[in-house]
Amino acid sequence: MALPDDYLKYPKRAYGMDHDRYTWSILQKRPKVAWPNGARIALWVVPALEFFPLDQPAQPFRAPGGMVTPYPDLRHYTLRDYGNRVGVFRVFKLLDALAIKASVAVNSKVAQRYPLLIDEIDARGWEVIAGGVDMGRLHYGGMDAAAEMAQVRESLSVLREATGQAVTGWLSPAKSESENTLDLVAAEGVDYVCDWINDDMPYEIETKYGTIHSMPHAHEIDDQTIMMGYHHSEAQFVDQVRDQFDVLYGETETEGGRIMAVTIHPWMSGQPHRIRALEAALAHIMAHDGVWSATGAEILAAFKGQG
Amino acid sequence: MQKEDPGLYDYWPYKDRPKLEWPNGARVALWVAPNIEFYELDPPANPKRTPWPRPTPAILPYAQRDYGNRAGHWRMMEVMDRCGVRGSVSLNVALCEHHPELIEECVKRDWEFYSHGIYNTRYCYDMDEAQERAIIEDAIETVRKHTGQTIAGWLAPALTHTERTMDLLAEYGLLYTCDLFCDDQPQPVKVKSGRFISIPYSLEMNDIIVYNFNFQAPRRYADMLKANFDQLYEEGAASGTVMCIPLHAYAVGQPHRIQPFAEALEYITGHDDVWVTTGREIAQWYLDHHYDTALKDIAKYKAGAAGG
Repeated sequence: MALPDDYLKYPKRAYGMDHDRYTWSILQKRPKVAWPNGARIALWVVPALEFFPLDQPAQPFRAPGGMVTPYPDLRHYTLRDYGNRVGVFRVFKLLDALAIKASVAVNSKVAQRYPLLIDEIDARGWEVIAGGVDMGRLHYGGMDAAAEMAQVRESLSVLREATGQAVTGWLSPAKSESENTLDLVAAEGVDYVCDWINDDMPYEIETKYGTIHSMPHAHEIDDQTIMMGYHHSEAQFVDQVRDQFDVLYGETETEGGRIMAVTIHPWMSGQPHRIRALEAALAHIMAHDGVWSATGAEILAAFKGQG
Repeated sequence: MQKEDPGLYDYWPYKDRPKLEWPNGARVALWVAPNIEFYELDPPANPKRTPWPRPTPAILPYAQRDYGNRAGHWRMMEVMDRCGVRGSVSLNVALCEHHPELIEECVKRDWEFYSHGIYNTRYCYDMDEAQERAIIEDAIETVRKHTGQTIAGWLAPALTHTERTMDLLAEYGLLYTCDLFCDDQPQPVKVKSGRFISIPYSLEMNDIIVYNFNFQAPRRYADMLKANFDQLYEEGAASGTVMCIPLHAYAVGQPHRIQPFAEALEYITGHDDVWVTTGREIAQWYLDHHYDTALKDIAKYKAGAAGG
């Protein structure tokens, strides 16, 4: 049987993208960006504090890293909870030792369940990015808009209350959005989202409630992507983070300032056999001149201030 | 009815083939094939394949691919420029309309364009003949309009075919397919009319297969490329071989992957007796110099052929 005739119709076949969220643009053709104090690289380190519920729904899909076996999957529940109990303290200690400032992406459930972790972030003066409610409460195409709005508000209100921060960054669990997510988070005062992995620099995203920005949250050199998704070794993780940095650092000679994002899952990199790999990767970066360790909000403010 | 064999070529053992001679006595014909692709955010449903693993909008895999056009392409192109390599672009032809700036850069560099369908989210499974003709004609016309070139090659969109694809491509005057992975040298393809060949387009050396399916690390990819070249170069002293490096800017153009690739390409193009060329040039050379000899040699192996 042949395909329907519509299969050979292309209603969006025209200049630019096939949607209206952002405009088509080539990274290397844009104006150069200058960072404060002549920095070459804005280093944006983003640990994620996640809560994977034991009753994580299987529909529409499970966030990677979630429950695998039939209920009750104690194995994956506790492996992920390890990050909030143990791994996070190794990661924070390492960041302190290297004088790195972080933006911590937090599920609001973590703030409610483990308020001590919010105190730890607060004591360091770090930024909190809203990471949704928890890893079982996805945002996904076709979900009810009112239910999604409640989820967005729950995440932002809990985190704003717990931290006293404006909380202007948003990272959707599993980087999954519905068709409405960008509008809903913009309506609730979010300035930037971390879900879009199509660029190395910030760019403008259009919503019903005004223009916000996409920030280049690293996905391809994320510890979970490399060591869980691709099954690479710790040494290969270090190679890839270093190689990423070296290329971006080299590009700043001709292309203007760049952003080096490093995303970390304490349940992954905070394991005893991995923490030194993370140390080796980050120490390589910090050994260079012209590295500005900053939060997402600070980097975005500098980017927007280019005029 | 399904068949046990695609019926596109006869068994033709690698040993004892007539010597394949490339221009100027080259041992290896090297071609680099960047796939320049457009994946739709909301493609139509296809009965045989679901485009995205998540509900629409599947922004994560969509953005992952969009990265190639926005950021990765330039890095990949600069490495190829540095090594003196012209690309043979495996093109989702709708990209001519969406991102003409990328096409212009490739035209400036005298790269070849061949067709990889309209979008990488439109599959050929279950197309009737009229539909399949329509996408071939669309590809020919679109590439001609935007580049002045007449396409000579075809890599099926998202590697999706029908049983009549090769016959139609030959009828429309195309010279080569990239969809047969059974050889390291070109070979004739059995079609209803005209002369049509397969040239090696390697899935083993394809960056996206290496990275996203086989989960290899960038430095290992570079090692694989070098080892693949070394062997084909050694064998090429006796009879010419083809090395293809299929690329995707969204994979190889990532900052953490570009440098190992650059080192491998510099290593390969640093050798003498490598014909750095394009798909079209390989196909034309083969048709002009080797196609007839190959047919005769293949006939020797047909069941019942006298003399063996």
